[in-house]
Amino acid sequence: MSTTVSPLDRVKTGAWNGGKSPFDVEYGKIMMWFFLLSDAFTFSAFLIYYGAQRFSKLTWPDPDVVFQSIPGIADHGYPLVFVGIMTFILIMSSVTMVLAVEAGHRNAKKEVVNWMIWTIVGGLMFLGCQALEWTHLHHEGYWWGSFPASYTGVDTIGALQFANLFFTITGFHGFHVFTGVLINIIILSMTLAGVFEKRGSYLMVEKVGLYWHFVDLVWVFVFTFFYLV
Amino acid sequence: MASTAIHDSAAHHDHGHHHETFLTKYIFSQDHKMIAKQFLITGIVMGVIAMILSVLFRLQLGWPDKSFPILETFLGKWAEGGRIKPDFYLALVTIHGTMMVFFVLTAGLSGTFSNLLIPLQLGARDMASPFINMLSYWFFFLACVIMMGSFFVESGPASAGWTIYPPLSALPKAIAGSGLGMTLWLVSMTLFVASSLMGALNYISTVLNMRTKGMDLWRMPLTIWAFFLTAIVGVLSFPVLVSAVVLLIFDRSFGTSFYLSDIVVQGQVLPNQGGSPILWEHLFWFLGHPEVYIVLMPALGITSEVIATNSRKPIFGYHAMVYSLIGITVLSFIVWGHHMFVTGMNPFLGGVFMITTLIIAVPSAVKTFNYLATLWRGNIRFTPAMMFAIGLVSFFISGGLTGIFLGNAALDINLHDTYFVVAHFHLVMGSASIFGMLCGVYHWYPKMFGRMMDEKLGYLHFWLTFIGAYLVFFPMHFMGLDGVPRRYYAFTEFEFMKEWLSVNAFISWAAIIAALAQVAFLWNFFYSMFYGKKAPQNPWESNTMEWTTPVEHLHGNWPGEIPTVYRWPYDYSKPGHDKDFIPQTTPLSQTMSSNLPHDFEGNVEAEKIQAQWKSEVKPSAAKKKA
Repeated sequence: MSTTVSPLDRVKTGAWNGGKSPFDVEYGKIMMWFFLLSDAFTFSAFLIYYGAQRFSKLTWPDPDVVFQSIPGIADHGYPLVFVGIMTFILIMSSVTMVLAVEAGHRNAKKEVVNWMIWTIVGGLMFLGCQALEWTHLHHEGYWWGSFPASYTGVDTIGALQFANLFFTITGFHGFHVFTGVLINIIILSMTLAGVFEKRGSYLMVEKVGLYWHFVDLVWVFVFTFFYLV
Repeated sequence: MASTAIHDSAAHHDHGHHHETFLTKYIFSQDHKMIAKQFLITGIVMGVIAMILSVLFRLQLGWPDKSFPILETFLGKWAEGGRIKPDFYLALVTIHGTMMVFFVLTAGLSGTFSNLLIPLQLGARDMASPFINMLSYWFFFLACVIMMGSFFVESGPASAGWTIYPPLSALPKAIAGSGLGMTLWLVSMTLFVASSLMGALNYISTVLNMRTKGMDLWRMPLTIWAFFLTAIVGVLSFPVLVSAVVLLIFDRSFGTSFYLSDIVVQGQVLPNQGGSPILWEHLFWFLGHPEVYIVLMPALGITSEVIATNSRKPIFGYHAMVYSLIGITVLSFIVWGHHMFVTGMNPFLGGVFMITTLIIAVPSAVKTFNYLATLWRGNIRFTPAMMFAIGLVSFFISGGLTGIFLGNAALDINLHDTYFVVAHFHLVMGSASIFGMLCGVYHWYPKMFGRMMDEKLGYLHFWLTFIGAYLVFFPMHFMGLDGVPRRYYAFTEFEFMKEWLSVNAFISWAAIIAALAQVAFLWNFFYSMFYGKKAPQNPWESNTMEWTTPVEHLHGNWPGEIPTVYRWPYDYSKPGHDKDFIPQTTPLSQTMSSNLPHDFEGNVEAEKIQAQWKSEVKPSAAKKKA
């Protein structure tokens, strides 16, 4: 290419003038962000549906009553303690994910491996807790299409819809956590195999991190709507 | 990011050229041009199948008392005695709608032209992620196979209409089509959503990241704007269908009652309580309405490009065209309630949805008038693509006008679920979008296959289809005004509908002739692929970048460096230039005789040079020099 360009043909070099990424962001990260936006709409639809059901029913099960056991320790008397622990675990796994990303920026392979393992452990612990909680609720009589005979609220349909929605939405979230754990395991093994080291960039960890934080954020909303409000 | 793109294609070169097998080149291709062709041909096959389905139910509607023994030969128990069964009739309309809306006009249209044109018109070597692009096609293919597979199930395909309203879709025992066929429909659509999401993410990140030097957003052809905004609409609306479908699956298989309440089947009260089918409608139409624009906007983008090129004029109101697309994008998300005016919706809410719906007429009208103004006193070249583009404008007007009737909540009480609605959307989104797609096929065929399509067959195809479509859909307005309901199997049982029997026969004849006209297209399409005239590099003398690539396809699109872009794509018939088009890649220094001060976008130094040149060269000499 000729080195002398007529001033007439000088192309602007601003962020949006082409020839580069306007946000200076790699394409995969843009795709991840838009995917998360898309997924956020899925969860929003679920939660709006939840709201529509809840506000149309006279009574709704009281979370303080429904969620008061700590599996293996106490059957009742500790409202929201167990789910608090679950939430804490998931948020901590987000923290370890941040540390993994940060270690990736420094190309510190060992630390990335370390923090990724903690993140995976956190994810698995969360899923385990969810399994325990589901088992407990199932034991009490809650399931898709059923609720305990001992339910005392006026509007039993409210209890029915609570059960339907609880298992569907937390299940859908749990499915996200599960896929997140799988992806984390893939990333961990890629790190161990030295793929990112060779590539010279741990950007992949960052992208997966975005997904993990998103799943965490969704849980905050699910938690708020099902357990707090 | 250009560096990443170049690096990618270089890597492909190493593997690609040496051992490119039939499998990697034609089947599991990661080249955007090949994937575009895969989408197109799959889309055409699906379109033909969906069209045959429509001919089948037109036979029933046109001659409800007549027996067609040949139908029994092919359809067996679904057409015993040569008459299509009611169950199968419902399946036919359902699958016709689903295939046309999703497989032909979403995947076939966006999938083909976004894949083909985004990299080529923006100056990129390929899509941002060729691998995800390939996955997107194969998910789509699988969705098609599964949808077709539902014809081979004993209980038949899904039959609840393309909107699959519960309870028909939620209770597997409701009708024959609610069983396995419905399950397959849901599986197929889930795969389709995944496919369209992967495609859309690719389109968005490619448009944002991989434009060549000088290609700022306001130099993008309107096609790209349309594909980009379509992708955004898809990314934000399809996920809501996912949640709706998940809840539906739980209703079908896990005993929940998200959409069910107070249902009695054959004297038995079902235990499902508390849900509501209206909630399905909300979730469905939150996708369903934007989906209409997913179907339409790419067609509008293609038309803008083709009309400007073949009018040899800049598109009228380029910025207005973009802003109206953006307006449609935003508005498409807040109008879904107009599909539900008669569901017992609060009249105030109905009023709100009515206002937002009618506001869409504004950007639509802007586009229509801009098309007309572009054509006005243009140096029009009536290529087959141009004919179809003008055909789109015609359908967009005649179908759009009835949208104003239907968007009115009060009128909708009378008109909903009648043939008036069928006429409206088949003109405005069905025919218009399919014309946009055909317009794109005729226009970019030389780019896709390196050969020209036959013009005469193109005109034959156009006129028969154009007239056929009007003859099919126009009478339906009057049927609808008279209260003839849609989705009915036959109009023989009600006295007031009987007078429409002859009209129905007429419509069926028109539909059959229009369907036969597609043979002209299919022949043209497949014959020209092998025996068509070899295409020159820029057959339509167009400005956009895809025509700067060699006719022979190559990985990475441009043999050398990607050209830089110096101007917008609509410099047609620019005063002072000796040719009536100036490609985007022509530097301003080569077009001194036609440059205008605003072409330099505030580059003061360049303006000075231009002014000096103007004062030195006499106008007569200026013509010679350029």
